[in-house]
Amino acid sequence: MMEAFDYIEMKIPAKPEFVGVIRLTLSGVASRMGFTYDAIEDLKIATSEAITNAIQHAYSGDEKGEVVVGFALYNKQLEVMVSDNGKSFNFRETKKALGPYKESSIEFLREGGLGLFLIETLMDEVKVHQNEGVTLFMTKYLEGEQVERDAETIST
Amino acid sequence: MNITIDVKEMEQYTKVKIVGEIDAYTAPKLRETIFPYAEKKNTKIVIDLSEVSYMDSTGLGVFVGLFKSLNANEGTLQLTGLSERLRRLFDITGLADIMNINSEVEGGV
Repeated sequence: MMEAFDYIEMKIPAKPEFVGVIRLTLSGVASRMGFTYDAIEDLKIATSEAITNAIQHAYSGDEKGEVVVGFALYNKQLEVMVSDNGKSFNFRETKKALGPYKESSIEFLREGGLGLFLIETLMDEVKVHQNEGVTLFMTKYLEGEQVERDAETIST
Repeated sequence: MNITIDVKEMEQYTKVKIVGEIDAYTAPKLRETIFPYAEKKNTKIVIDLSEVSYMDSTGLGVFVGLFKSLNANEGTLQLTGLSERLRRLFDITGLADIMNINSEVEGGV
């Protein structure tokens, strides 16, 4: 059964200066839904990471691309969709190399690649659809509404 | 949605105050501004983050790079004034165990 939901969509040029614009909108949407301060901050980081990723991976060197960001507002959860139509990158391969820092040697510390790790850590559910470009679906539940904490990744 | 970076070279250390948001847009500016200071030998850089209202992995990347550069030149990096939110970011990424971070402003200087 499909639950009714409101949907907001924004399309931005694939340029870093617009990531903050989406954050402002997201902040308003999430606070209207009743998310806590911490949950809103988590949402802001995860969504920014997804957009930054779309800009960097999909449109490196080409500034003509666009990123579509959608917010699906359900009663008990917010689903954020971030989609690019640029060149696809292999999400699973990219993800394998990521995770929290464990290295004891400072010279081997990575300077990037924490974005996807943060998305999976800060959101309740993350799904990926890969065809022409990459679309990331990230869900966060309102406090106490979460049924299971299953950050399963599905690549199609 | 902007950033101001204030750098003061003191006798004992280089003091940096960052105000605003650190994201994909502002991180390159931050990197350009503070990296030159990390290339000198034996530099101590203390960064006050108490007025950073937002930060994500792009900011972490800048600080990791700075930390490495300083380390290679026998310098040190201290991040101060971290809010609960910022602290959490360093905790979940494992950076809190590696880098010198502090919730107090100019703590331990």
